[in-house]
Amino acid sequence: MAEYTPRYVGTVTKYVFVDSPEMTPSDLALRAYEISRGVMIKETCFGLQITGKEEEVDAIIGQLRSLDPAHIFVKDRGFPPGDPRRCRANLGGARPGYYGHEFELTLIKYVSKGLEELPSRPADSVPKPAAPKSGKRLDVHKLKKIIDSQES
Amino acid sequence: MAKVFIYPATSLILSDLVARFGHTPLSAAMQIRERVQTAGLESPPLQITPEDPKKGLKYAAVEVPSGVRGRMSLFGPMIEDADAAIIVNDADFSFGCMGCARTNELIAFLIRKKGIPVLDLVYPRTEEEGVEFVAAIRVFLTGLEGA
Repeated sequence: MAEYTPRYVGTVTKYVFVDSPEMTPSDLALRAYEISRGVMIKETCFGLQITGKEEEVDAIIGQLRSLDPAHIFVKDRGFPPGDPRRCRANLGGARPGYYGHEFELTLIKYVSKGLEELPSRPADSVPKPAAPKSGKRLDVHKLKKIIDSQES
Repeated sequence: MAKVFIYPATSLILSDLVARFGHTPLSAAMQIRERVQTAGLESPPLQITPEDPKKGLKYAAVEVPSGVRGRMSLFGPMIEDADAAIIVNDADFSFGCMGCARTNELIAFLIRKKGIPVLDLVYPRTEEEGVEFVAAIRVFLTGLEGA
C-alpha cells in the first residue's frame, strides 16, 4: 500500500446544477468567474463544480442561486474536481454516481414547478403527497408454517 | 437548524431542498470528503480502509458481508447524528448490488428504530406532484425549527 497524501485539504466542493429555460451552464459559469475571487470553478455540461473554503463557496452559491432560484440546485461533493479516482478522463464513460444525478435531473422540472408555485398558493390548498406504497408482506409466522409443512 | 438525514444519501433534490429551507442535509458526500481529505494509506477508490468495516461492526454483525459494514461506517454515524430524516421510497437507482440493497434496508430500519421524525415520500412524476412534494418537505422542515 502506498502512502496517501490528500489534495485540497480543508476545502469543500459543491455541485451547482442548472436546469433552466433562461440560463445555460456557460452563462452560469461566466457569472461565477466574475465573482469567484480565486475560488476554483469548473464548468460542466450540467452546471459547475466550485471548490474552495466553505464560507467563500457558500457566498458564491448564494449569489448564483439568486439568478434563478427555482432552477438552480446545489449539493455537496466528496471528491475534488479532476480527482483521478473519479474523473471520467481516467476511467472512461460516465463516472460512478452520475447515474443518480441523471435520474433526478429528469424529475427536477417538477421540483422547480413546486418551488415556483408554492409561494402563490395558500397553505391549505396544497394536497398531501401520495403515501408510499406499503405492499402487504408475508408474515414470518406464516412463512414458518409453510417451511414446516414442506419439511414434514 | 436541524441535521436532516436524507435517503438516498446522494440525492441532489433532497440535499438542495433541505439546505434551501435552512437545515443541514447529512449526505454521503460529507463522509466521503472526510476520508478523501485524511492522510494515510492509499485505498482507492473511496479511501475506505480496513478500519471502516470494523467501525461498521457497531451496526451489523460480523457475519454480515464487509461491504455492508463498510457502507454502515459511512451512514451509521450520520444516522446517530440526525435530528430528522427524509426518505424517498422509490429510488431505484440506489438499489445497486446486494451490499447496497441490504445496507439500504438496514438504514431504513435504524432510522425508524431511532424514533426521530421521518418524512416518507415518493419521487414526483407530474407538476402537481412536484408542488405536493416540495410542500410536504417545507411543512416537515418548518416543523423542525428549534430541534
